[in-house]
Amino acid sequence: MASLTLDRLTKRYGDTTVVRDVSLDVRDGEFLVLLGPSGCGKTTTLRMIAGFVPPSEGSIRIGERPVTDLPPWKRNAGLVFQSYALFPHMTVAENVAFGLEMRKAEKAEIEPRVREALRLVRLDGYGDRYPRQLSGGQQQRVALARALAIRPDVLLLDEPLSNLDAKLRLEVRLEIRALQQQLGLTTVMVTHDQEEALTMADRLVVMSDGEVRQIGSQADLYETPTDLFVANFVGRSTMIAGTIYAPGAFRSEGGLELTCPPGPVTGLATMSLRPERLTIGPDAARLDNHMRGSVAFVSYLGGLLDVHVRLNDRDQVVVQIPNRGDVFVPAIGDQVEVGWPAAACLVFPRETN
Amino acid sequence: MMLDGRIFGRMALFGTAYLTLGFILLPLFFVTWLAFFAQEIPSFPPEGYTLKWFGAIADNRNFATGFLTSLQVAIAATLIGLALGVPASLILARQTFLGSSAINQLLLLPIVVPGIVLGTSIYVFQIETEIATGLPVLGSMGGLVAGHALLVIPWTVRLVTASLTGLDRAAEEAAQSLGADQWTTFRRVTLAAIRPGVVAAALFGFVASFGNLEMSLFLVAPGSITLPIAILQYLEWKIDPTVAAVSVLQIALIGGAMIITDRYVKLARVV
Repeated sequence: MASLTLDRLTKRYGDTTVVRDVSLDVRDGEFLVLLGPSGCGKTTTLRMIAGFVPPSEGSIRIGERPVTDLPPWKRNAGLVFQSYALFPHMTVAENVAFGLEMRKAEKAEIEPRVREALRLVRLDGYGDRYPRQLSGGQQQRVALARALAIRPDVLLLDEPLSNLDAKLRLEVRLEIRALQQQLGLTTVMVTHDQEEALTMADRLVVMSDGEVRQIGSQADLYETPTDLFVANFVGRSTMIAGTIYAPGAFRSEGGLELTCPPGPVTGLATMSLRPERLTIGPDAARLDNHMRGSVAFVSYLGGLLDVHVRLNDRDQVVVQIPNRGDVFVPAIGDQVEVGWPAAACLVFPRETN
Repeated sequence: MMLDGRIFGRMALFGTAYLTLGFILLPLFFVTWLAFFAQEIPSFPPEGYTLKWFGAIADNRNFATGFLTSLQVAIAATLIGLALGVPASLILARQTFLGSSAINQLLLLPIVVPGIVLGTSIYVFQIETEIATGLPVLGSMGGLVAGHALLVIPWTVRLVTASLTGLDRAAEEAAQSLGADQWTTFRRVTLAAIRPGVVAAALFGFVASFGNLEMSLFLVAPGSITLPIAILQYLEWKIDPTVAAVSVLQIALIGGAMIITDRYVKLARVV
């Protein structure tokens, strides 16, 4: 395994820039996830690393080796696709052996390595089957074994779980993560599924419009998002539009006077609130910001309840409460007290578009 | 007794299927039977059975030379048809460009247009070409093979396109990421995956060319002959079972080719 470095990677098609100035350092053995909505450039970035898309500018290094101008077959990157991309006319064992054959490995060496790779993904004994005889989850594990058999310098996963059903997705997710840690694989995964990203990654890169918005750990992204996009995309937030008119003083468009931590933002601003940081009921009165509102809507999420509270004509917040059975559950139309501490407020300059 | 609707439906389905199958097989059965009749004018009931008509084939030079010509033409036309049809299918299946679906339709046309129309138009085209260039096109072996290649192309395009839909484009990228260069990827992944389609296309193209009468009638040189033309000419003078015997050999050849092909690629899966 090796580290992976992207330096100011840019991809343009004509006048459209799909990836702009992406610089990343993936440490040896690190699991990095590129997260973003579709069209954000994450897949193009991965394809540039794999060698299928030539970058317009910038460079890529795997370990100390510059690979920017190398074709895919000289990069030694293991690739796993959303669609599995197994060779339909080859058996499972032949699929896994393919990369070793390409490396001119001896027959005597290939066989034990194929068996080893299949054992890693718990498919020992499936070598003689054809891909079409396997379930989706099994096919994706074959694809993983095939990518691992060549002992790649980096492992690249392109939405590897998207084609699997929910239960299997969870299973394969844990399996990939366990293998990655066990083998110390330098891994870059692309996904649009934030839960997947949060549970698997060592570090995440949030992308949008071809640019990196934030790089950090799960806690970094959730607790201290650098902009409104990240606050919105990672986890859930409710937004209150307003103005910062003095340090730590926020006035909403609906006229609420709110206290927030003093920061660099002044003028038009948006306050972002995590629903679980809000309190509903009598306890709310002790908090920095508290007010009365009426319950507009309650959504039942099983373990959690989302209570939408209308504060005035313009402002509404979502309060998330655990469904413990012994807590007060408001009904639609109830007048309730809502509150949150100043520290729960994330304030960003208003995005002008 | 109550008749279950589903049982009735199944019986109707099987009944229709067997009737259709019988309709297709009956002529083959009679031709084969007729080939062994002893009397010269085929009539029922047979007066006895003989193998002499098979012997008569060998005595007729037209059948032997016709067979050889047909074989050569069919093999050459199949090879040319594949060489043109496979790359065309690869591009058409994967890229959409201005006119790509029109080209696709155009390539399928030769098996839709009536043979006699196709024959006439190629005949006229070859005459015009000969006038324009002064090259001896009409009646040449090359001209005949070129015409027959047109019969192979539609089969190739149809069957190879069908087998390509089963191949994920990402499989080729996977091969490249595993260390295969473009040529190796094409050989080991693309070509290997469409092999059943190519083999089936070769078989059907070969059969289409080998059995073609209408187009060949226009394109053969005076004095040159293909097997279907030899059969037709023979039938103009005689109706003894020699023709049936020739047909039996032809059926056996094509049937044998299909059985052998089916051992390597399951035809039912690609056609």
